[in-house]
Order: sequence, then structure tokens, then C-alpha cells
Amino acid sequence: MPLKFNFKPKNELEHGGRSVAPVQQDASEPEKVCPNCRKSVPISKLWANWNTCACGHHFRMTARQRVRFITDKDSFEEFYGDLTAVDPLSFPGYQKKLETTRLVSKEPEAVICGKATIGKIPCCLFVMESYFMMGSMGTVVGEKITRLFEYALEHRLPVVGYTVSGGARMQEGLLSLMQMAKTSGAVKRHSDAGLFYLVILTDPTTGGVTASFAMEGDIVLAEPGATVGFAGARVIEQTTRKSLPKGFQQAEFLVDHGFVDAIVPRQKQKSAVTRLLKLHCGGELKS
Amino acid sequence: MTAYDRVKIARSSKRLTSLDYIHNLFKSFFELHGDRRFADDAAIIGGIGQLDTLPVTVIAIEKGHSAKERVYRSFGAPNPEGYRKALRLMKQAEKFRRPVLCLVDTSGAFCGVGAEERGQGQAIAENLMEMMTLNVPVISILIGEGGSGGALALSVADRVWMLENAVYSVISPEGCASILWKDANKAETVATHLKLTAQDALELGVIERIISEKSMGQPEFYMQLREMLLTEFAALARDEEMLEKRYARFRAFGAATATTIERTSL
Repeated sequence: MPLKFNFKPKNELEHGGRSVAPVQQDASEPEKVCPNCRKSVPISKLWANWNTCACGHHFRMTARQRVRFITDKDSFEEFYGDLTAVDPLSFPGYQKKLETTRLVSKEPEAVICGKATIGKIPCCLFVMESYFMMGSMGTVVGEKITRLFEYALEHRLPVVGYTVSGGARMQEGLLSLMQMAKTSGAVKRHSDAGLFYLVILTDPTTGGVTASFAMEGDIVLAEPGATVGFAGARVIEQTTRKSLPKGFQQAEFLVDHGFVDAIVPRQKQKSAVTRLLKLHCGGELKS
Repeated sequence: MTAYDRVKIARSSKRLTSLDYIHNLFKSFFELHGDRRFADDAAIIGGIGQLDTLPVTVIAIEKGHSAKERVYRSFGAPNPEGYRKALRLMKQAEKFRRPVLCLVDTSGAFCGVGAEERGQGQAIAENLMEMMTLNVPVISILIGEGGSGGALALSVADRVWMLENAVYSVISPEGCASILWKDANKAETVATHLKLTAQDALELGVIERIISEKSMGQPEFYMQLREMLLTEFAALARDEEMLEKRYARFRAFGAATATTIERTSL
């Protein structure tokens, strides 16, 4: 009995090869899955949209990316870029942590400071870096921000600041804690001179930074959905043993409770910051 | 004695609390309540005390001794309204040219839903800003625990003193150990590294004076403390550069530790 083969092609190749080549994914075009709508979006599309998803979710950005987004082209001049943290208390593991975090973030510290124009208006700018130890505030972050406010006071410039921080940097102990007072003092002097400070809270802004310069702006804006609070939500849940209300510590929650002036999506930030800066330069009542 | 031994002493319910100091330091004390915005916070006691003949505005975090008291005082963990009451009374002190004495004893600002809803961070931030330019002498004494931002919110002062066994830290040793090493049992070692004792704080320049606990609670203890306060308040009142110096006092932290590196080494 002759053998009978059931020669039904199992796949495209056995069928005689592909007639149409599959759509080639560009190797340099990875995708990101949006944690909100679960769709995967090509990076270039995210970038075309200020690193936000069509559903409104705001992805994190590096500080340098933010500087590029908010300032006028080629207007940014960085200050104190050579300042870097040391390990003042010889805290175990800190030196090594600093080295690795510098490699990961490609930044010497958790904040970038400088001078720029936004909508052609000169201002001082600080942007915190979440990829550097979650933007925690140690002595150098405190020092850079304080110097920036002192510079702005001397040159009578407004300050625009983007915050993102896990709080004070515990590896620098009491010296980190003192930065809260130090930065607040500098903000106060700047403020008492009648100068404008605009702060934009981004995800997450917590702890010692919330309890100092993040909440000291004349006007406080926030990105949609940003977590903003003093104590960590998990810590509160564990301490009180109660489930937290919906949307707890989100930017919208802070607006509802009167601690944030407005929520501004990233796409509108440059125009909002420009408008507010304009409203604060010139035109005040003359006596 | 290890750093952690001092943490345990500082937390002991038998330790003198702010009310003990208030009753013994002042000839009289008139307590004032409320932040005029939302509520009165029992964790912070405010009022006017008479230090010999000098009226002094007193702001004190109270932990309480007995279990019942401690619950009533929410274990010395202030809510935002406590910090706002403190600021109200400090502004009042400025108006009437009274010096301000803060007694600090807290494991930290209260951690809860309500505290967040009413802006714990904002309340602390405002105190830090306003205390920096408060135009009357301010002395803060850390008598037990000095827990992070919740303690700093009453410690932006011209002079900060600490009791010998008080501690002052950016985070509790337990919290630090569980975050960094996922092991709260390492708190003892961490306490040493955090440099939280009075001696450490003195060496870091965070405080000006350590107050001996040798005769703690005895009449001479309070008498000496009263003398110290009167002398210091008088000296500060004479100092025309008081506010400049207060700013410089805090401005100095970390100004020298920041070093520069070559950006190419990144």
C-alpha cells in the first residue's frame, strides 16, 4: 500500500514562503505600555506628544528633557553643574549608591539649575531629576536651589521650578533635614523682595520637599495624576489600618483641598508658564 | 552608651515632657488654643509664660505621660492645625515684641488622611519660611525626640539646644533601616550612622548647646535653664543682626560639603 502523505502546509513557509513581508518593526523604535490605558505606544509618538499617552497619562521625564521642553531654544544656561554630592557622614553604602546613580542618570546631582527664557521672558529655572535617587534632597540639592534663589534675588528674576522628590536624603542625616530650612529661608527672601516663584509639582513630590520649597510657590501648579503628599500613602495605610480614599494624594485631590492652584497638562505647560510670567513682569500699580 | 540607647531614653514615657518644663520654668502660664482656621491641636501647647518677669511666648509639643494622656496628645505628633496655631502665636509674639521659646518632642508630624487633606506639608513649609524672618528672638530646645520635618517646623531658631539624651534625626532609625536594608532590626546600627545624638548634632553645628541631664527634674535644673534662657534672650534682643545671623546659621549647612567634579568623569 503506497504511503499517502497528507501534505497540508502547516505554515506560511511550507506554503511556499511569504508573499508579503511582515511589517518590519524598526529596531530603534521600542514601544512603551501605558499603565493607564494598557495600550502600547511607539516612543516616537510619545515624544511627539510631550511624553504623554493619548489617554492623558503622563510618563516620567528626565530633568534635561523637561528643560528642553519648557525653555526657549538654546536659551538655557546651566548653573552650578559641577557641584556634586559628597558623603558627609560616611554613611554605609552611600558612596557606592552615588556612583551607580550617577551612571544611571548621567547627572551629578538630583537637580538642574540655571537661567533661561520662557516665552522670551528671562527667569531662573530648577528642574529636579527623578532618575537620581528619586530626586531626594541632600546638601547639594539644597545648596543648588538656595544659590539659585539668591541669584534670582540679586538679579531680580522670577523662579520657575519643577519638583519631583522622594523627600530628604536620609544618607546625609541631619544635614539633609537642615536643607528644608535653608531653602525655605532663600525662598522667603526672594518672596519678600516682591519676586515671583512659580512651582510645578510632578509625580511624585513628597516628604521634605513637599514640606519646604514645593509648597512655597506664589502659584502652585501640578501635572495631572501626580502624587503629592507629605507622608507616604503606604505608611499612612499601615499606621491607621484604614483603606485610603480614592485618588488620595493625587494632584486633583490637592486641588479639591485647596493646596494647588491648577492642574496643567504637559502640552499646555509652556503657554501657562509664559502667561503667568507675563502677568508678573511689569504693569503693577505705580504709586 | 550607644546612639540607640539614647533613642530609647528619648522615647521613654517616664521622661520629662513639655508640661513639666512649663510648670517649673515659668512663674505663670496662660494657655492659648486654636489655629483660628480649623481646630485646636492638643499635641502642641501654646501660650504665654512668665520667665521671671519676662513674658515669653511658649510653643511646646506635648507627648503626655499616661496612656490616656498620650492618646489625647496623639503621642506628640502634631497635625497641620498645630503648626498653624504655632505660627499664629509666633506672629502674635512678634507684634508684642515677646521672645519665643519652642520645646520640641515629637517622633514626627502626624501621619494620617486628615493631616494630608489639611496640608501637613504646606503647614510645615510655611513655618520654615515665616520663622526665618520672625523679628523676635527664638530659642528651640529639643527635650526628647526631634523627628524630622515635624520637629524642624518649630526649630528654625537663633539658638537650638538639646538635652543630653535627646535625639534629632531626618528619619527614625527603624524607618531608615527598613527602607535601606528592608530590615527594621538593623535600627541599632543605623542609629549610629544617622548621627542623631546631641553630641553629633553639636559637632555638625546643628545645635549650639547640650543641656546636662545630671540634675534633670530637680529645682536647680530648672533654675539653670531659666538663667540660660534669660541670658540668651537678652543677648539676642541686643543683636541688631539677629535675622542675618539666623539666615546664615542655616545657610551654612552643606555649603562647604558640596564639592565640584569634572563633568567628563560622568
